[in-house]
Amino acid sequence: MMNLTLKIWRQKNADDKGKIVDYPVSGISPDMSFLEMLDVLNQELIEKGEEPVAFDHDCREGICGTCSLYINGRAHGPQTHITACQLHMRSFNDGDTIYIEPWRANAFPVIKDLIVDRSAFDRIQQAGGFISVNTSGNTQDANAIPIEKEHADKAFDAATCIGCGACVASCKNSSAMLFVSAKVSQFALLPQGQVEATDRVLNMVKQMDAEGFGNCTNTGACEVECPKGISLENIARMNREYLAASLKG
Amino acid sequence: MSILDSKIPDGPLADKWTKHKNEINLVNPANKRLIDIIVVGTGLAGGSAAATLAELGYNVKSFCFQDSPRRAHSIAAQGGINAAKNYQGDGDSTYRLFYDTVKGGDYRSREANVYRLAEVSTNIIDQCVAQGVPFAREYGGLLDNRSFGGVLVSRTFYAKGQTGQQLLLGAYAAMNRQIGRGKIKMYTRHEMLDVVVVDGKARGIIARNLVTGEIERHSAHAVVLGSGGYGNAFYLSTYAMGSNVTAAWKAHKRGAFFANPCYTQIHPTCIPVSGDHQSKLTLMSESLRNDGRIWVPKHKKDVEAIRNGSLKPTEIAEEDRDYYLERRYPAFGNLVPRDVASRAAKERCDAGYGVNKTGEAVYLDFASAIERYGKEQAYVKGLDPDDKKVVTELGKKVVENKYGNLFQMYEKIVDQNPYETPMMIYPAVHYTMGGLWVDYNLMTTVPGLYAIGEANFSDHGANRLGASALMQGLADGYFVLPYTIGDYLAHDIRTGPIPTDTKEFDEAENNVRAQIDKLINNKGSKTVDYFHKKLGKIMWNKCGMARNEQGLKEAIKEIAELREEFYKDVMVPGTENEYNEELAKAGRVADFLELGELFAKDALEREESAGGHFREEYQTEAGEALRRPEYQYVSAWEYKGKPSEAVHHKEPLEYENIEVKERSYK
Repeated sequence: MMNLTLKIWRQKNADDKGKIVDYPVSGISPDMSFLEMLDVLNQELIEKGEEPVAFDHDCREGICGTCSLYINGRAHGPQTHITACQLHMRSFNDGDTIYIEPWRANAFPVIKDLIVDRSAFDRIQQAGGFISVNTSGNTQDANAIPIEKEHADKAFDAATCIGCGACVASCKNSSAMLFVSAKVSQFALLPQGQVEATDRVLNMVKQMDAEGFGNCTNTGACEVECPKGISLENIARMNREYLAASLKG
Repeated sequence: MSILDSKIPDGPLADKWTKHKNEINLVNPANKRLIDIIVVGTGLAGGSAAATLAELGYNVKSFCFQDSPRRAHSIAAQGGINAAKNYQGDGDSTYRLFYDTVKGGDYRSREANVYRLAEVSTNIIDQCVAQGVPFAREYGGLLDNRSFGGVLVSRTFYAKGQTGQQLLLGAYAAMNRQIGRGKIKMYTRHEMLDVVVVDGKARGIIARNLVTGEIERHSAHAVVLGSGGYGNAFYLSTYAMGSNVTAAWKAHKRGAFFANPCYTQIHPTCIPVSGDHQSKLTLMSESLRNDGRIWVPKHKKDVEAIRNGSLKPTEIAEEDRDYYLERRYPAFGNLVPRDVASRAAKERCDAGYGVNKTGEAVYLDFASAIERYGKEQAYVKGLDPDDKKVVTELGKKVVENKYGNLFQMYEKIVDQNPYETPMMIYPAVHYTMGGLWVDYNLMTTVPGLYAIGEANFSDHGANRLGASALMQGLADGYFVLPYTIGDYLAHDIRTGPIPTDTKEFDEAENNVRAQIDKLINNKGSKTVDYFHKKLGKIMWNKCGMARNEQGLKEAIKEIAELREEFYKDVMVPGTENEYNEELAKAGRVADFLELGELFAKDALEREESAGGHFREEYQTEAGEALRRPEYQYVSAWEYKGKPSEAVHHKEPLEYENIEVKERSYK
């Protein structure tokens, strides 16, 4: 069992200034997940008549992309290739002090405590992250166009992005390039995505800039912290797509 | 004559859907622009429905409690989606998918609905590929398939262990296109708290903005619920933390009958519970049973040695292992349906053969698969197939390619490497087959109120086969509801916008506000989680994998008492005018506390065993579920003030195209 000191960002709402508050927790089992440790804290706070710490979470199995904690200066905490909800307390030691903060980026305003507003991501997808095909039951047979396995697998790898925003939170420029390039790449690698390729990349990048995300300076921090291991290769591919699209006008 | 009219079209089974589509009313494109539809939930069913309705020209308002529609829990579905494409040429057909689904559901689903599901299954794959969903492919560039439980063909399409994610992102992309065009108005972080019924028709909802706490009125000509299942009544489950029954339950209270609440799927392969702190359980996909073999030790002394740590599972000789599924069900082996596999695991663990400290775990072992694949690869690559090291390395790579993300998830949670030692697994609550009663058009007993996907009851009977939830969600949302809803809306083309300043909206809003005030001002001494956990224990112990009359009667009483205690003593911190997760949770748990009682009542009424509903009093000598012909009906419950007063209605089930017989997987 572990005793820990938590230093947690508390902020009542978007207008509040916010500050770090210390909370001791005790009796933490190494088999608990990080979020279950926060559950323990919250139950104690509620029982003491205090307000629990607000944090985003839902599936708790690393796939919905809801959880978004900046733990000891790293998005999703000390382990690689997992989300905060998959992080277990066995990654920490008795007596540790743990800093827990929200994602920090101008395009992700804080809603409350550790919860931020990531709707900018949705708006980027709405600008072009789709293939325009109506539902009819008359589209061609799924096997009509064979797709080279290598391309299909790469498209899949790009498509596994969970939209959590760790890439933005980890980037010193708060750039969303990894997120946007994952979707652009998925479709760029598939024959179905070719028809709208030009408009897609131009519109998504335009929306990305309008949302206030920073520029990419190729530091690669996003790739390191991405829980799904989305590759920087996607950014290079998007840059090529963007250049080609710009020349086409 | 039952008051339930399922509206199943006449004619031969295979022609019903086509005939129905030809005969129902249509709304012309210009008139669709005059009609508003509310869709609650953005999972596979709600997301695909919202997108398709918007493509057709309706004005759609879509609601989800998550911060983005992409986060609905369909995202977590792992293994795959069924479709009767017969790409493998292994004898699959629409009829066979229909047959497997009806048999898998233990002859408790509606023939016509299931046949339609099988019929549109192939369209789903075509649609998803056109949307850019990156399904797994073979080296020739064509789509790959795998097998799931309860069937003898390979009809499951997949994208590694993330099929649900890829399909949901496909539906999300289709929605995004319509949001960008202004045809869908998206309301994220909004929770539906009531349905508004005007002149007997569903005409809107009351929703709470979860960020500001504001209570909002939204009107429409029809309301569609794609709000998922109610497995979180058990507290611990593979559902997301936020998954809840509130939308469906409020609809029930407004007149929608609730069908077969006791049909719950307890999935055989989940990571076992590790302690009291546990907040949720994690599934290990059924696809693992394509390659994993399930076993426990044959001898109690080995069980003891494993539990005290003096023996490793890999040290137990082949002949000292009991591959109990292969032993009991030679024809289907490790790929028996979920209900059968779960009960068999429980049987072994109850008999004292569980392999972890709690005695509630069995092994899922990949050693044979790693060897088999490794040998194949060694031959392909011209290496020595007898070199154990080479074979193991090659085999691990194949397994990693197929199930890598699942193995990683397991390792992160359990801190053991499943490539080296067998996984430990145990059944957990995973899906609910029961849900709002709907007719063939997917309309509930409230005109204009529809239920799709897991929120309805219609296609899976008493047990759902693997990879069929994704199929049903997308079938309902892409290919069924968008047609059938037109039949109803054709009468609304002259109605005009539905006003929200009416007494019905007043009443519903006041109702919602009163409940919130009550919860906030209660100032009791116990947290919401305290009650939720307590409810979960009652449900798991008395309404879980095995049920009996006495336990169910106790459950009914205990849940009613717990509900009373909840309203007396629950403590909700904070205020109603802000982001307040405890308040949202309290509302959901309040509804689970009502649903739970109806669940137990339904299980008590059904004096037979069928699929996921196993009554200990009704089993064969071999311990298999014993169905009883006199229970060949759907139970649909009508709300009358409280769960104990609910009125029981029956919809008889008739099987004209399939012979009802003992469900055997031996």
